[in-house]
Amino acid sequence: MKYTVSVLVENHAGVLARIAGLFARRGFNIDSLAVGATNDPTISRITIVADGDEHTAQQLEKQLNKLVDTIKVRTLSADELLARELHLIKINAAPAQRNEVLTVCEVMGAKIVDMTPTTMTLEISDSPEHIQRFNSLIEGYGIREVVSTGTIAIQKGALTIK
Amino acid sequence: MISAAEAMVRCLEAEGVTTAFGYPGAAICPFYDEIYKTGSIHHVLVRHEANAGHEASGYARITNRPAVCIATSGPGATNLLTAIATAYADSIPLICITGQVSTDQIGCDVFQEVDITGAAEPFVKYSYLVKDAAALPRIFKEAFYLAGTGRKGPVLIDVPLDVQRAMIDFEYPSEIKMRTYKPAFKGNPLQIQRIRDAVNSSKKPLLCVGGGIFLSGAEKEIKRFSEKAQIPAVSTMMGLSIFPTDHPMYLGMIGMHGLRSANTAMNNCDTIIMIGARVGDRAVRSPSFLATGKTVIHIDIDSAEIGKNINVDIPLVGDCREILTELCAAEYDNDHAAWLSEIREIKNDVDVNEETEGYINPKVFIRKLSDRCPADTVCVADVGQNQIWTCNNFGFREGGRFLTTGGMGTMGYSVPCAIGAKMAAPEREVVAICGDGAFQMQMMELATIIQEDLPVKIIVMKNKRLGMVRELQTNLYNDQLIATDIGNYPDFVALARAYGIEAERVSTMAEAEEKIEKLVSSKKAYLLECNVYKLESTL
Repeated sequence: MKYTVSVLVENHAGVLARIAGLFARRGFNIDSLAVGATNDPTISRITIVADGDEHTAQQLEKQLNKLVDTIKVRTLSADELLARELHLIKINAAPAQRNEVLTVCEVMGAKIVDMTPTTMTLEISDSPEHIQRFNSLIEGYGIREVVSTGTIAIQKGALTIK
Repeated sequence: MISAAEAMVRCLEAEGVTTAFGYPGAAICPFYDEIYKTGSIHHVLVRHEANAGHEASGYARITNRPAVCIATSGPGATNLLTAIATAYADSIPLICITGQVSTDQIGCDVFQEVDITGAAEPFVKYSYLVKDAAALPRIFKEAFYLAGTGRKGPVLIDVPLDVQRAMIDFEYPSEIKMRTYKPAFKGNPLQIQRIRDAVNSSKKPLLCVGGGIFLSGAEKEIKRFSEKAQIPAVSTMMGLSIFPTDHPMYLGMIGMHGLRSANTAMNNCDTIIMIGARVGDRAVRSPSFLATGKTVIHIDIDSAEIGKNINVDIPLVGDCREILTELCAAEYDNDHAAWLSEIREIKNDVDVNEETEGYINPKVFIRKLSDRCPADTVCVADVGQNQIWTCNNFGFREGGRFLTTGGMGTMGYSVPCAIGAKMAAPEREVVAICGDGAFQMQMMELATIIQEDLPVKIIVMKNKRLGMVRELQTNLYNDQLIATDIGNYPDFVALARAYGIEAERVSTMAEAEEKIEKLVSSKKAYLLECNVYKLESTL
């Protein structure tokens, strides 16, 4: 089972190391991790996508809560969150293929951010599922390099995690 | 303006610290210089930094307040690590102060530099690398609060040399301002009610008490609850001596080295109340088997312990003493008479009376020792066979106290822990029991004992083996004995005397009582070397 955990922590040195260390020594598997400041500069938000059964998810939440730097932990269910990732993808694209790629990007909501005689660099920001579909459409051209962020997530509707 | 080093001493004074255990070095010298100048803190010079941590641990466990240990940067700090991890596993509140190289040199791999906050991260409750001298008073205030509240534990404060030398305006904060850390003290009233109902409807309830009872100071409350609700009790190793050994509701220690009476009660009860106990593997080998068909109630200050190792029907987070006071306030109408008589029938058929010619029987010896010791004796066991012999044979009375490292199982804990305990309670008898293997990991502390003139009593069970591993090799590795024969040296009596400590040897049970009498009546430190047969069994 995949689950997304949103953690608010004190924004000071060493906090990320403590969180990463916790995952390593308790044997939690993480798929992605994203860290960024919030509107309050003294607080950072860490979004973690992890894999494991319900017991593991519960333990993860409790262990995160136990860290002294943790302000709040919320495990979000798949139907209550909006998740986004940003991918930068460099593909092979000869001049004859550029129009095709352009169409795919237009339909799928991606941008072309760089181009050379033999390559194109695409940018897409969307849900992980949508990005997966996009990837399947462009992988035929030959992917040279992918750079991606971890997943970030926010609750749907007016609710907030503060 | 005062130096930050002086401010560190003022912080300790403000926290009521009068004793600290440590070992100096260049990177912590400004702090030591202020300890010298202020003269308000008695500094105990250890002979190895790990022992500074263990001595602070013994001190903290008797005073039930955070105790202070000090080491320098690099190797001094890394030597302290084992003691920090030991304290973490047993939830002992320590303030560990280490010197660090100057901030402009951090990361340059200079002489005696090590990233100690990084190294200690997995087994501290929290740590600080102090970069701003002005933050020191706040950091000390937080550190003592963190170490001594919630689930207690060690907190590390790493202070670079230049930070110690900086000048600051000193004012010790009167209150804590932490938005993140809010330990729960009171238990949820609905859950407390559910526990009362479960106790009343249960036919065979059982209390399982752990070290958390000591940490919350709930020794009286747990006995009152057990007596009032007529619930028998078993103990983990860390919970030993909460109940006097002959208390009518008490059945003994559980676990792989525990008593049949206690383990049978664990298996046969219908409701189990784990309180201040974390369901460690040595106490409960198969939690899922144990939980089958039972109502499991788990009371702990650390919510992460609840449901970690065993599935729980009624979880309750909070301070044991607060919760037990609430539980004692209720009326209980079930006297569980049939269950009590059923479990009181279970006998422990441990045959401890056999004697091997020319040796003492450690089990009988420890029984005789506890008979002779005052009721309020602090008994410290090391790790190995000596630990189990002590657990199962030392008879604790009301006011007595057992100390050991149950979580980490750190050899070399007993003598330094006894030193710390004796510093905290000079009027009480303090006896350390260890094997000849563990003793050789701590015997440098004999110098500390003499230097501090501490009447600590030490019993070395000498079987010339690393007995517990030897037994494991015999039983599990086809009796292929390797690296467990430690030989018949040194002569511990001669060694103790070389330090100026009175010492004797005992080799027959006939002379045991006489030697015990001499040990207990001595007003000075005393070491007794007990000759134990090499194949003596643990149980």
